[in-house]
Amino acid sequence: MNVRSQVSMVFHLDKCIGCHTCSIACKNIWTDRKGTDYMWWNNVETKPGTGFPTRWEDQEKYKGGWEKNNGSINLKSTDKKRIVLNIFHNPHMPSMDDYYEPWTYDYQNLFNAKEGSDQPTALPISKVTGEQINVESGPNWDDDLGGSPLYAENDPNLEGLTEDQRAQLSAIERLVFFYFPRICNHCLNPACVASCPSGALYKRGEDGIVLIDQKKCRAWRSCVSACPYKKTYFNWFTGKSEKCILCFPRVETGQAPACFHSCVGRIRYLGVLLYDADRIEEVANLPTEELIEGHRSLVLDPNDPVVAEAARRNGIHDSVIESAQKSPVYKFVKEWRIALPPHIEYRTMPMLYYVPPMSPVMSVRNEKTIEHVSDNLFHDIDQARVPLKFLANLFGGGHEAKVVYALRKQKAVRWLRRALTVGDVTMDQAKRMLNEADCTEEEADAIYRLTSLCTFEERFVIPPSHREEAIEMIQDPHERRQSAGFGFLSGPRRGL
Amino acid sequence: MDSAQQYLDQILFGVAPYLALIIFFLGTIQRYRAQAFTYSSLSSQFLENQRHFWGMVPLHYGILVVLLGHVVAFLFPRTLLAWNGHPVRLYILEITALIFGLLTLLGLLSTLTRRLAFSKIRTVTTPADLVLHLMLLVQVGSGVYLAVMHSWGSSWFAASAAPYLWSIITLDPDISYVLAMPFAVKLHIVNACITIGFFPFTRLVHVLVIPNPYLWRKPQVVRWNRDPAAGRGGS
Ligand code: HEM
Ligand code: SF4
Ligand code: SF4
Repeated sequence: MNVRSQVSMVFHLDKCIGCHTCSIACKNIWTDRKGTDYMWWNNVETKPGTGFPTRWEDQEKYKGGWEKNNGSINLKSTDKKRIVLNIFHNPHMPSMDDYYEPWTYDYQNLFNAKEGSDQPTALPISKVTGEQINVESGPNWDDDLGGSPLYAENDPNLEGLTEDQRAQLSAIERLVFFYFPRICNHCLNPACVASCPSGALYKRGEDGIVLIDQKKCRAWRSCVSACPYKKTYFNWFTGKSEKCILCFPRVETGQAPACFHSCVGRIRYLGVLLYDADRIEEVANLPTEELIEGHRSLVLDPNDPVVAEAARRNGIHDSVIESAQKSPVYKFVKEWRIALPPHIEYRTMPMLYYVPPMSPVMSVRNEKTIEHVSDNLFHDIDQARVPLKFLANLFGGGHEAKVVYALRKQKAVRWLRRALTVGDVTMDQAKRMLNEADCTEEEADAIYRLTSLCTFEERFVIPPSHREEAIEMIQDPHERRQSAGFGFLSGPRRGL
Repeated sequence: MDSAQQYLDQILFGVAPYLALIIFFLGTIQRYRAQAFTYSSLSSQFLENQRHFWGMVPLHYGILVVLLGHVVAFLFPRTLLAWNGHPVRLYILEITALIFGLLTLLGLLSTLTRRLAFSKIRTVTTPADLVLHLMLLVQVGSGVYLAVMHSWGSSWFAASAAPYLWSIITLDPDISYVLAMPFAVKLHIVNACITIGFFPFTRLVHVLVIPNPYLWRKPQVVRWNRDPAAGRGGS
């Protein structure tokens, strides 16, 4: 057992209101520089929809992630041989057209335009060339199902759905969508890291954050093709790739990452998971239907003295182990088993988990009032408005069982709360539901509390990083007193 | 021969190569130490993905093979002459060299026109890029011209250019080999010196940082903040 710690995340999709506050918080801090304008380290997609970059989930096109090949796993298009041969032109790399051309407006024209009979307008100008452009797409172009025939109907997760199921998604008055906020998953088996010819990408041992060493990146751009989630971005101005850094300067100082901190729906949870690094390869190799269970089995019980001892032996600080014991992520992933990794079939072992969304409550119009379909308040899950197959393609690696389990448990919690607070279902009914959902009353209460009443401190249990101790072992801060300090001292200038 | 000409030849073929090499080494090392961030191939594929292929691929496969040819001829001139002893083998070598030279030339023309034609690419084109393209164009152009007009270059390179280059690196420059050669060869040599001297100030530095332990390293890379010497945790 080789115990490592990972700062992991849960996004509770039932709570996301699609406000994009998270994206803006991130953009304002990290990606408002030249060359990064088009990047959205955090973005929020409408599902069904084609996402950002367009159809990123279509691995026939982008060929990201790993694939299983008789007995072992290979990078789909970015293995060593192909990287070397294709280094001059990367055949599966997305280009700016797959994202969008960033633009601003010519506001000066509002002030400087010659007097005339028309109101002056601020025309869009490209942030790349400075020329006028016709804006053809942008991030969230399909927000809230805008342009569904172009976007929603081309969602790669619709694969395998019957005509009926597809129709069900878009039937008038039953139309349904949900939000899918995304950041880098800080994977355990990151394809981006494995593909980099310069070894510029690395996973931090202490907290598992995946970073790109800006001084070592040489713009071979393999990571952009390799990441199946398209969460490494190419800075076209500096000629370096960049990605979500999980706000490590904030996390190291005990603050939640900006997107977490600002989340309006309070859908985000962050905490430590201890895992067994020796078994990553073995698990990444499992057949698809066993991946979710295997992935879960990598996560170790921080309350188990054997695990704690092994962690200590690996230099994991007691305070971090303590933090792992309080981790909200551990509860969602391991204890309650209602949080699932996105697209586990890419085999990167993502460490960001999603609680799959419940479909809206079904209702009927009765003359002038809208009434719930009362005896089947939260409808049967297999008749949910969002077809199970669709959710399974996203969060179950194509298999429905784990998704059903997570939804059924959430539904049972709702029944229990309904029985306790509204009283239009009986306690007996609620208990039967809990029983079916493999959930005790205590567990249901805990889920309810962490979902609905959670405080800031309960959502974000940030481990102390002890960077102050770590840095002293490598560099003596006193040596640098009254000098310029150490680290990246000059601005990111583009090469000649 | 008048002395001004002699003097100029001495500078161009006896001194300039050393100047170029000194600037090359000092420049690249200092740039790496002070500005490691600027070491990048500065790829522009992200901004334009179609024409990109038709420039980058012929340019690189062409130039790498041609450069390899130069290195082999320089290191093993006798072996090369022996190989060329048989006309069929000579033809094969010459034609291969010409094909890859033309490939390079086409690639260069394609990347240069691409740089000028696409407005997005123009915004990431620096003066250094244009100078570099121009120098490479002269270099490759004169090379292809030589291959066509002065046949059997692989043999005469081994017979006279290789000894000249050896005389340079053994610090005993003997420019008599060069003086006997046609103008295009002299241009090729002078422009090579200019390119090498200019190298540290262009994107060509990307050639120096091609990997590394990549081919034999483990897929995953982990870095620790705490004392690596303590050896805890492993990777
Ligand atoms: C094995 C060695 C080399 C590797 C791996 C390599 C790789 C690359 C890469 C990845 C690019 C960026 C292409 C893009 O825009 O996406 C590039 C550009 C370039 N390379 Fe190389 N290169 C190598 C050797 C050379 C050599 C020997 C030369 C010339 C002497 C050269 C000249 C150039 C030029 C001029 C460009 C810029 C072309 C343009 O964007 O207009 N490269 N190289
Ligand atoms: S989500 Fe992509 S960029 Fe992030 S660690 Fe995984 S493979 Fe790398
Ligand atoms: S801030 Fe929170 S609720 Fe709003 S879109 Fe982002 S994840 Fe959803």
